Amino acid sequence: MQTRAVLQQADIQRALTRIAHEILETNRGASGLVLLGIPTRGALLAERLGAILAGLDAEIPVGALDVTMYRDDLDRHPTRTPQPTRIPAAGIDDRTVVLVDDVLYSGRTIRAALDALGAHGRPRAVRLAVLVDRGHRELPIRADFVGKNLPSSAAERINVTLAELDGEDAVTITGGEADGGAA
Amino acid sequence: MTGLRHLLASADLDRASAIALLDTAEDMADVATRRVPKLPTLQGRTVANLFFEDSTRTRLSFEAAAKRLSADVITFSAKGSSVSKGESLKDTAQTIAAMGIDAVVLRHAASGAARVLAESAWIDAAVVNAGDGTHDHPTQGLLDAYTMRKARHGADSRGQGLDGLRVTIVGDVLHSRVARANLGLLPTLGARVHLVAPRTLLPFGAEQWPVTTSSDLDAAIADAPDVLMMLRIQQERMHAAYFPHEREYAGFWGLDEERFARLHADTMVMHPGPMNRGLEISAAAADSERSLVLDQVANGVAIRMAVLYTVLSGGRHAGAREAGAA
Repeated sequence: MQTRAVLQQADIQRALTRIAHEILETNRGASGLVLLGIPTRGALLAERLGAILAGLDAEIPVGALDVTMYRDDLDRHPTRTPQPTRIPAAGIDDRTVVLVDDVLYSGRTIRAALDALGAHGRPRAVRLAVLVDRGHRELPIRADFVGKNLPSSAAERINVTLAELDGEDAVTITGGEADGGAA
Repeated sequence: MTGLRHLLASADLDRASAIALLDTAEDMADVATRRVPKLPTLQGRTVANLFFEDSTRTRLSFEAAAKRLSADVITFSAKGSSVSKGESLKDTAQTIAAMGIDAVVLRHAASGAARVLAESAWIDAAVVNAGDGTHDHPTQGLLDAYTMRKARHGADSRGQGLDGLRVTIVGDVLHSRVARANLGLLPTLGARVHLVAPRTLLPFGAEQWPVTTSSDLDAAIADAPDVLMMLRIQQERMHAAYFPHEREYAGFWGLDEERFARLHADTMVMHPGPMNRGLEISAAAADSERSLVLDQVANGVAIRMAVLYTVLSGGRHAGAREAGAA
């Protein structure tokens, strides 16, 4: 089974910088924005986006939104331990929430995130930023900000590693004819 | 944490599973503070509370936990049911199972009842032991551990054990499933447990447990433990003369005001409830700032949410369904 790198550290940094500019452009400034990352790696990416935006003089509250308890596949996978949810003190009511995740695939995680948001308030609008969009959507969901579109086969594995957690920044793709049984 | 199909005894949990349950409970506790204090996680699942023995806080706590996870709840109390007509655990369980349930929360006066139900072929549901005789009460052990971890580590509790924590448990160890629940769990998490009890209320074989024992409460208090857990004198289970008189027990092994005043400033006081005020614990100690009694009750719901979530999620249900469909 072969593994090849798709994005290196500099590519990831560039993609996040571009997304940060796009967020400001679409929102016509920083007012009312809140970034919520989906644990684990989405939360780290949200922190990085927040830091980049702060460098552009846009101080935007950053938090984390765990979606484990809202998933529709809890009885198909080993038990997951939920991660902390941190909603910025100002809340999300009437704000524009930008959800941040590492990989957009079936769209089910984002569906769960939209439900989870409802328990915390009523945003004015919800946007979605992802580092990688690999296609194969199973729900009518799309991303507003995409770092890299990565058409992939369902048998392939996309793996995002981030320095904070895994020691290095990289996006790799592992070809997998061998794991046909998993689907 | 995979493979936790039932929760029968606190000693069944290894360190990683126990910490995963406590971490999950951290997030469950947060749910209560949200605008919508309810999760959709167990929608469509049914939890049956089978209580063959009286209980207020455990039954209400399990019921609240199941409802906060959006499960449907059927509650059964032995009083006013066909158990008083002689129906057995097996028949009651099968009656309930015929209604299609996913988890049974069982409280029973017979030690080992939960394991009998889990290992029988009577039902296919997950079984959670909510107290079996004098044997175990694992969710109580977990909520005590959670309360201690919170008191020690506060907001940084996630991922932590109870390493080095010195816990002294005082009183009726012989009849106490709360004591056994704590003994089965706290050493796994790294705590050191000391038991203080009259010789007549220490079970035979207690010297083989991973604990130290003594009969001297004053020496134990002078030793400044991190946690002093007072056990309830279980009058309903006392069918023999274990001590001459309540007054004498309170004099030797009660946390009265004088002893409470001598307690080290950092020692936390715990009690599983319901309290016999004036017997094993004085009102002053129970209501003080160092008492964690109300935290224990509040944390019970979060722990039980974590337990129900854990036994009702994971791959086994899907596997069973696919196998059934094939």
